[in-house]
Amino acid sequence: MSEVLAYKPVLEVRDLRVSFHVREGEVQAVRGVDFHVNPGEVLGIVGESGCGKSVTAQTLMRLIPSPPSRIKSGSVRFLGEEVLLKSEKEMQQLRGSKMGMIFQDPMTSLNPTMTVGRQITENLKKHLKMSSAAAQKRAVEMLKLVGIPGAETRIHQYPHEFSGGMRQRVMIAIALSCDPALLIADEPTTALDVTIQAQILEVLNDLRGRLNTSIILITHNLGIVAGICDRVVVMYGGQVAETGTVKEIFNHPKHPYTEGLLKSLPRLDTSKDEPLIPIHGAPPDLVNPPTGCAFTPRCPYAMKICQRLDPGLIDCGGTQAARCWLNHPKVQEAKA
Amino acid sequence: MSVPLIEVNHLHKDFHLGRGRTLKAVRDVGFSIRKGETLGLVGESGCGKSTVGRTLLRLYEPTAGEFLFEGQNVYSLSRAEMKAMRRDMQMIFQDPYASLNPRLTIGDSIGEALDVHQLVRSQKERKARIGELLELVRLRADYANRYPHEFSGGQRQRIGIARALAVNPKFIICDEPISALDVSIQAQVINLLKDLQRKMGLTYLFIAHDLSVVKYISDRVAVMYLGKLVELADSETLYRDPLHPYTRALLSSVPIPDPDVEAHKDKVIIKGDLPSAINPPSGCPFRTRCPLAQQICAEEMPPLAEHRPGHFAACHFAGADPA
Repeated sequence: MSEVLAYKPVLEVRDLRVSFHVREGEVQAVRGVDFHVNPGEVLGIVGESGCGKSVTAQTLMRLIPSPPSRIKSGSVRFLGEEVLLKSEKEMQQLRGSKMGMIFQDPMTSLNPTMTVGRQITENLKKHLKMSSAAAQKRAVEMLKLVGIPGAETRIHQYPHEFSGGMRQRVMIAIALSCDPALLIADEPTTALDVTIQAQILEVLNDLRGRLNTSIILITHNLGIVAGICDRVVVMYGGQVAETGTVKEIFNHPKHPYTEGLLKSLPRLDTSKDEPLIPIHGAPPDLVNPPTGCAFTPRCPYAMKICQRLDPGLIDCGGTQAARCWLNHPKVQEAKA
Repeated sequence: MSVPLIEVNHLHKDFHLGRGRTLKAVRDVGFSIRKGETLGLVGESGCGKSTVGRTLLRLYEPTAGEFLFEGQNVYSLSRAEMKAMRRDMQMIFQDPYASLNPRLTIGDSIGEALDVHQLVRSQKERKARIGELLELVRLRADYANRYPHEFSGGQRQRIGIARALAVNPKFIICDEPISALDVSIQAQVINLLKDLQRKMGLTYLFIAHDLSVVKYISDRVAVMYLGKLVELADSETLYRDPLHPYTRALLSSVPIPDPDVEAHKDKVIIKGDLPSAINPPSGCPFRTRCPLAQQICAEEMPPLAEHRPGHFAACHFAGADPA
């Protein structure tokens, strides 16, 4: 606890740039991303496929193979230490202990030849140097914590004996077993049905109150973000398009892309007569990323300057900032 | 009220898995759709919703039941008659990447349907019709010579729609047509489907797991659970006043992109997982997870009864609140 609180923020990402080298050239998947995670908070990273959210997450854990990827620049400070300078051996000590992670597909992340219990105790013995008996006890506790009934017998079973939702609970139990300072959850409920998704979100919501773990939740589902996150980073074309608290982003989006996303989807509580306003066109090609704002070709408010110059993140008051010229003081003045 | 364009009665579909085991994917499903109407069919994976769609088109042969299309029983048609009938009924699939032949130009993919049903007499007419169809789905006519890999997911889905429309169908089954698409692209396809329906008087069966989208596009919605229809009502009523405890749980599980709504929502989180369709629970299929379940639910399958005009639910305690 004290160790975590000593660092504010838990994680700080600065000007992160990651590229992939493919036959067509260099895909600039992440193009200068900045954000931070405060102790105990849930940060949502949202965006569509190819916006760079998963590459960002995998870079934080140093899980992307290189080649084809290359971290071109930037800094990732986790509990005060630079992650990007660590050796693979140091990373292995970090992953699973202070940094936990869960992925979209629990079946491919669990070892099918090992009992669920052993997959938890292995972690505890390795990182916390627990005895077998103590680790076993803790494994049962963890399974109970994530709401798996009959934990005492379930720890002797193999992953195939669990349903999709239960497997994801097991993943969460493993990720949290060493009491990590940060949990990175990459689309943790995307492969699950909505009623099961609701169960998993309830588990995460419940745990955030009880443990002192910060969470990065990566998702394309804005509804999930609204329900569970404290702050949001909206990504587009490998950059942060907008960031702020959940209330700021959902009630007063300052980037036309965020606004577009919110207007383009039917909500359960919207009437059928309200028209959907689609975002026209398609996301940018990151082999040849645009020089100005990446959203310009699809933006209903695009101005001349947007094509030429990237505005950078402009402060919009509160904790909100958006990469859009409309928030520039000069534009605000002209509007008034 | 007009005569329904399609009527499905007591539809069953079993899959035999060997060693005497049977998966009852669809159990006694019935509904009707009027001309120009959209019926949404929702449920979670494995509930049988896609099987219903495929069985209607006889991509699977039904185990029992009847499907009347303009009064004619589709299941009693011969092969030749069925081929002619397929002109009236088309399907749009979920995965726009897998449903187009990568080695055919999209013009030929669309043209294939015209050739099979001999709808064009000359190459010139064929080309003109393909161009017309592409423009109908808001693509450029000169894209006809390109191959599927040159298009994005949203564009491919529109090509799939153009191909379905080539034969001038009356009834289209949309099987998860937008769930493989990115959020910002989904609205483009939803709007296109609504537009086409208005212009061409199409009738849709819209199969999806996303309740918000289904509610938005459908006039009426049917909810499936473990092969059975559990509730059917017009979409506003179903959302405002669901009678079946499963529908209630499903609705409350959908996260709404509004932090204020989410903070004040009454969440009904149902426990447990979907039971196996090979060995479904006795009585009501939902009873193992239901907050209202009583002894009778294990003994007797509640019928899909009309509780209010046009509002059907299959529950012994429809509309009751959990104690």
